[in-house]
Amino acid sequence: MTKTGTNLKGNRFFDNGEKTSAGPVNKKMIEVRELTKSYGPTVAVNKVSFEAHAGEVLGFLGPNGAGKTTTMRILTCYLAADAGSATVAGYDIFQESIEVRKRIGYLPESAPLYTDMGVLEYLNFMTQVRQLPKSERKARIRSVIDTCGLEDVIQKDIGELSKGYRQRLGLAQSLIHDPPILILDEPTSGLDPNQIIEIRNLIRNIGQEKLVLFSTHILSEVSATCTRILIINNGKIVANGTPDELASQAKGEEIVHIAIRGTQAAVESELDELDFISQWTHVDTTDGIVGYQINAAQDSNAAEALFHVVVKNGWSLTELRQESADLEDVFLNLTDKEQTHVQNQQSAEQADDNNDA
Amino acid sequence: MTNITAIFKKEFRSYFNSPIAYIFITFFLGLSSWLFFRGFFFGNQAEMRGFFGLMPWIFLFFIPAVTMKLWAEEKKIGTIEILMTLPIRDYEVVVGKFLASFALLIVTVLLSLVIPFSVMYFGDPDGGTIFAGYTGLLLMGAAYLAIGLFASTLTENQIVAFIFGISTCFVLLIIGEDFVLFNAPNWLYPIFSYLGLGAHYNSILRGVLDSRDIIYYLSVIGFFLYLSTLAVESRKWR
Repeated sequence: MTKTGTNLKGNRFFDNGEKTSAGPVNKKMIEVRELTKSYGPTVAVNKVSFEAHAGEVLGFLGPNGAGKTTTMRILTCYLAADAGSATVAGYDIFQESIEVRKRIGYLPESAPLYTDMGVLEYLNFMTQVRQLPKSERKARIRSVIDTCGLEDVIQKDIGELSKGYRQRLGLAQSLIHDPPILILDEPTSGLDPNQIIEIRNLIRNIGQEKLVLFSTHILSEVSATCTRILIINNGKIVANGTPDELASQAKGEEIVHIAIRGTQAAVESELDELDFISQWTHVDTTDGIVGYQINAAQDSNAAEALFHVVVKNGWSLTELRQESADLEDVFLNLTDKEQTHVQNQQSAEQADDNNDA
Repeated sequence: MTNITAIFKKEFRSYFNSPIAYIFITFFLGLSSWLFFRGFFFGNQAEMRGFFGLMPWIFLFFIPAVTMKLWAEEKKIGTIEILMTLPIRDYEVVVGKFLASFALLIVTVLLSLVIPFSVMYFGDPDGGTIFAGYTGLLLMGAAYLAIGLFASTLTENQIVAFIFGISTCFVLLIIGEDFVLFNAPNWLYPIFSYLGLGAHYNSILRGVLDSRDIIYYLSVIGFFLYLSTLAVESRKWR
């Protein structure tokens, strides 16, 4: 797991390097402006706008029911939006839907496939409906079988396949016409850890030249795979940036936990002197060791500065720990508040309903 | 056209990949032969009228069973999401699926030619009426198929599609029956007698292939295929 993690990082930097140097990789592939879609009174997608370029792996992150699937369905021309506009590969998704569909490979959630068909039969069907020239069909089928590791099951019926193989076949289906844009809805859901890693590697490889837009509600997935993250909550985009950018946004102020062997009064008067500390809280005193939680300004290197203060005063340090903010904090920060808000709203509505009854 | 062909081939093969086609053909032939021949020998006449007379009622139950899965199953297992995001127009899928079910009907009807051949063994039936009867059979069957296909676009539950297909066909069938026509208000009489699915079939059975009857069936087919396309497109706006 760790090993793969490092590999990913390497890849990611490599990707970024390529992006700045190579022209076509930077091409804008998706442009979404103020897209809105409601189901009855529920607003599923609320004025969503974003852009995506070739060579990006864009992670669509959000809690269940945030509007990820609806957005993807609109981009793939399965659903129509109520308002807003979007272009895919330069084509308008409402006016030139057939052109858009030709350029997208789409894997819907839980990889729905015809269970009564054989694997080869299915792929062959896809080459026909994707209008691939007859001469290329065999080669394309071979190529996606290799890419997605389907060699062992080509003789089977889809109904006999395990969840992992179905997911791979779904991916194979979306790649069969070699599309510049790949839209994958929860491609790793329901897979075991090994399969998840395989699919992620596949996505990263594909993402080096194509645009991959995939959704997930699993955090580790995006930090492991994506070059950019869109966090969506209650139909709105609440964050948009690289994993590192988002993590540093979340940091805000540094939080340091420190425990010092020394006199409480002396320590506290010293803490008051330090101007990078915005707030300190005495946590506990045990056996002459005083513990504090210290909130310090962003990028103040509070931990290091505190260490020097302790040394200067001749105290001894028993604990010094900096809390690190990561994606998880971003995610929780951005999605939690609004969710509580919604929950309140819902319970209010429920109360109303009860009154009506 | 290549799109329609691809959908057609996939759907037609899917009938034979699953037991549906075999069950349909076996039961259809068994039931219609039994019902026909048990009366045939009493009549002491080498004619097929009894067979053709049964068909509107047998089709009523058999045809919606052929069409019920065409859309309902796609919706249920979610394959519709891949299908409708392919670079294919909605009507092409509708037509492809319709033609596949029609091809299954043709296969079945061809196999039922055993019956007229047996009748020929016993006597000398009128070839013209038999030919007209089979033409009528295919036209009426295609109209039933279009209605059943439409029923299937409305739900993801195959049973609901089946029942809804039967009821729609049933209503369109009985409004042309004499019993209903005699009891209907006068102003409704011409409308009902024109719209009735069975009346045009009966007029074809008399051995006359009237263009009005053919146009009627083609209009019913076209109308319900159009409705099916609208129903499939309506997913976008819900």
